[in-house]
Amino acid sequence: MSSTETVPSYSWWKRNRMALSPWLFLVPGLLFFSVYVIAPIFQSILYSFYEWDGLGEKIWIGTRNYEELLDDDRFYTSLKNNVIWLVLYMLAVPIGLGIALFLNQTVTGIRLYKSLFFFPFVISQVVVGLIFGWFYNPSFGIVGKVWEFFGATPPSILGDETLVTYGIIAAGLWPQIAYCMILYLTGLNNVSPDQIEAGRLDNARGWKMLWYIIIPQLKPATFIAVVVTVIGALRSFDLVAIMTQGGPYGSSNVLAYYMFETALSEYGYRMGYGSAIATVLFLIMLVYISYFLWRMYQDEQQ
Amino acid sequence: MLNPSRRLLAALVASAALSAPAFGADLVINFDDLNPDKKAAFDAVVAAFQEANPDMEIEVNNQDREAYKTAIRNFLTADAPDVAAWYPGNRMAPFVNAGLFEPISDLWESEGLNESFASIMPTMTMNGEQWGVPYSYYQWGIYYRADVLEELGVTPPETWDDLLAACTTIDEAGKDCFTIGTKFLWTAAGVFDYLNLRTNGYDFHNALTAGEVSFTDPKVVQVFEHWKELVEPGHFVENHATMSWQDALAPFVSGDAAMYVMGNFAIGAMTEAGLTEDQIGYIPFPTINPDVPRAEDAPADALFIPSGAKNKENGKKFLAFVATPEIQTQWNEAIGQLPPNANATVGDSKFLQQGFETLSTAAGLAQFFDRDAPAEMAKAGMEGFQEFMLNPDRLDKILERLDKVQQRVYR
Repeated sequence: MSSTETVPSYSWWKRNRMALSPWLFLVPGLLFFSVYVIAPIFQSILYSFYEWDGLGEKIWIGTRNYEELLDDDRFYTSLKNNVIWLVLYMLAVPIGLGIALFLNQTVTGIRLYKSLFFFPFVISQVVVGLIFGWFYNPSFGIVGKVWEFFGATPPSILGDETLVTYGIIAAGLWPQIAYCMILYLTGLNNVSPDQIEAGRLDNARGWKMLWYIIIPQLKPATFIAVVVTVIGALRSFDLVAIMTQGGPYGSSNVLAYYMFETALSEYGYRMGYGSAIATVLFLIMLVYISYFLWRMYQDEQQ
Repeated sequence: MLNPSRRLLAALVASAALSAPAFGADLVINFDDLNPDKKAAFDAVVAAFQEANPDMEIEVNNQDREAYKTAIRNFLTADAPDVAAWYPGNRMAPFVNAGLFEPISDLWESEGLNESFASIMPTMTMNGEQWGVPYSYYQWGIYYRADVLEELGVTPPETWDDLLAACTTIDEAGKDCFTIGTKFLWTAAGVFDYLNLRTNGYDFHNALTAGEVSFTDPKVVQVFEHWKELVEPGHFVENHATMSWQDALAPFVSGDAAMYVMGNFAIGAMTEAGLTEDQIGYIPFPTINPDVPRAEDAPADALFIPSGAKNKENGKKFLAFVATPEIQTQWNEAIGQLPPNANATVGDSKFLQQGFETLSTAAGLAQFFDRDAPAEMAKAGMEGFQEFMLNPDRLDKILERLDKVQQRVYR
């Protein structure tokens, strides 16, 4: 290709290839992303105005699915549970930070301890759900044994409408804390020793050291930890499906599982209604997604 | 958001895998039972058919039942087999109405099934046509620990008052009267079906599941009042909301619970768990209102021909083969259930003999709540039953909600 330097008239492709090549590389990704992600979003929004069992005729019913949603106790239960998930799941961030600070020291075998703490994140959510299901079983689970030891009747955590959501969240927190911990451990590696030294000279220690010196430097780690925790809370599907299937009588449902249940489960096949739930969930997520995008944009501007 | 779609993808992959090797076979059968005894019995039937038709190339795709329930919608529309297992009653309605099943009334006519399957014909009939051939059905009722009742000096109850008295005695002995696992909801529907059938009878039960009677009807409230007489004194095992029906066998096997409202398919699991047949007894659900003729729950399993099948003639040949008294006898003896063909022979087991006696003298046979009622109503109803069993004082609210669902479903 040495001739390019000598020939004065460049072809159109050669003149523009610097601008075009990134797009060329993006084409496969964009294509699949629009076919498998973007298009289905609009498709499900469209379906939410129909009554459809997935097989027969689609019947246009306007906003009736949404009107029904407004009058649906199960929907409000799921929405409430989603909020509880979002709030309590956030505990993973400070607890993860605490464990990371605790493990961030040089003791013999610290690598082993770190990997043990990280272990729950490695096992599948399905396994976590199963283990906690047994764990909570009042007749043979360890929770029951502990209560019996103190002479009390063990509660049936997964069978009690007031406890069940908290029980599932506790199971979900176990791996989520490990995830946040690993993010913070990596972040702590990058905390500059000079600043800590300088802080020491200025007599900062304990909480003050943590609050004014360490945590500000962990900001990127905190941002990622919050993002993954919010996403984790909103897609809290697997644990609900494994541990309770939304029961007892729908009291541990979350929007993601309720959508699956109405649209795709054994007694469901109301594609329109399921799509309406999905649309609502999408709008809620959109709030978070736009906030994060805005934040990332701001950071890039700096 | 990600995971449900992953689930769906798994189902699609599963259905693709199901239909992939279908090229060239003369008969493709999709079946839905991988339990060892059920699978072996089905394979034996296919082998017998192969022997009778040595030139035919037969392809069998057998899948776990829960996965099959999701896959069937995909393979019926995308790449239909020639024969598919499914359930009669309202469970076949979506496929019948969407034109995905082939009517086989001509087969019923030519093979004389109208006579030999007369008792089960109504549930296989929809829009004036027959849609499948049932290969098996089974009775429901109360299974009890004969040795436990004997030890407590309780005779198996025949009337509602007997039952309540028996439960009180059993409770006083520190045991639970009934075991049940309502995690997957349908077990509670079995109890509801029987309470309604005994209190109000077969016709009322049908009217209710067909949406002609509302759930707030005083007669339905009466059913729940009876149910309350069992729930409030704690005659059901605790923690039932977290247990599957298999989990709920544990207290029954250990002798901590004396009775179980169940279908006959549970016998296999009970004996496998270590009970001998002498330790288990069967009685029809006790009489509540003596003026109401006795009707029973007796769900059937059936085989259908999808309308997209490539070899419909071979499919019909297979269904005709399955309908013969010999095959019905052989198949059901192997799986411990009852043959729907009246000319077939019922197996020797005492449960089958008793069950057959119970069903053949019944005034009517219901399928089961989730097959008699449309899917959405069934789901809401069964959730309501579970909620009632945990919070009987919420009855009014539950019934009002069921009314609301009913009005929408049967619109």
